[in-house]
Amino acid sequence: MEDDGDDGGADVPVSVKHSGLIYDALKACGVKLISALPETWLVHLIQMAEDDPEMILVRLAKEEEGVGISAGAHLAGVKSAMLMQNHGFLASVNGIVSLARLYRIPLLMLISYRGEFGERDPWQTEGGGTTEPLLRALSIPYERLDEPAHVARRISKAQTLAESSLKPVALLLGRDLMWEE
Amino acid sequence: MLRLEAMGAIYPALERCIVVTIMGAVSAELQSLGHRPGFFYLQHGMGLASSMGLGIALARPELQVVVLDGDGSLLMNLGALTTMARYRPRNLVHVVFDNESLLSVGGFPTATATGSDLAGMAAAAGIPRTATVRTTADFTAAFDEALRANAMTTLVAKVEAKGPPVFLTDLPMLENRFQFQRHLRTLSGSRR
Repeated sequence: MEDDGDDGGADVPVSVKHSGLIYDALKACGVKLISALPETWLVHLIQMAEDDPEMILVRLAKEEEGVGISAGAHLAGVKSAMLMQNHGFLASVNGIVSLARLYRIPLLMLISYRGEFGERDPWQTEGGGTTEPLLRALSIPYERLDEPAHVARRISKAQTLAESSLKPVALLLGRDLMWEE
Repeated sequence: MLRLEAMGAIYPALERCIVVTIMGAVSAELQSLGHRPGFFYLQHGMGLASSMGLGIALARPELQVVVLDGDGSLLMNLGALTTMARYRPRNLVHVVFDNESLLSVGGFPTATATGSDLAGMAAAAGIPRTATVRTTADFTAAFDEALRANAMTTLVAKVEAKGPPVFLTDLPMLENRFQFQRHLRTLSGSRR
């Protein structure tokens, strides 16, 4: 879900360095296709995918499409990842249940975790408290990414579990990692 | 035109393609013509067959991918038209069987019954080639043209709201899924 909150375009204080850490970790796991719907915290990650000739970037109209695209890519032998805001995760639930889980499709979901402590946009605040209870309700294994030192290993381990379990896994991209102020 | 006849007319060509279908009648009718390892039937995830086809087409440009969609499913994921149009893979043919109804739940009319034009929406979304056809002969010709064309096509086939008596087949979903994946693995791939 696109938001026009504390962003003003290119000069928002989203961490380029940490976005690069995340992007490099995805590449190291062999991810060749990324689906994304722009969100302030994801702008650099999406730009990195756009600028990478080895990456297939699929810009979506709605995040649930990304479940179908990742399912197709998986069956076709290509590793993928999904970049979305937590509201995009909320918008993808039926696809996660009735495609990914029903057909045992691995999904590597990187979810920007808006609406937590520190959130200044009033409109983002309901999604924060809903995200983890919903992940638990769907039995989706997840970990938070707040520390730069954890990024590479947690993404690698999440990708490994997604592929071995043939199920969705999620990483929550926290404010402390993504936002510099 | 009957969907089963239309599918039967293109069946020989489908054998050489990777096919993703929607649930219900489309899946059951294609299986009644003869299952192939390159056919995947999405029995739920309504609306996402087109997105799956796009994912396969982008991941494996050397494969010819055909999506057999329906009016109810496409109406549930109309944004997918804009995503397909954005990337418009040349190896993707998007067929929409439009019976103007949600047949599998009792035939309730969809918005195409009251004038919504899916080929018009696809064209307006930016899909390079679009058409609406109403006879099996026109459908067969348009489908063959779409396979030969060097641009993505959305082909809307207006069909009667008639389907098979039962939708359940003897192919379990996961057997289909793993067989399809193995089949794609055996086909030569430059990206893998």
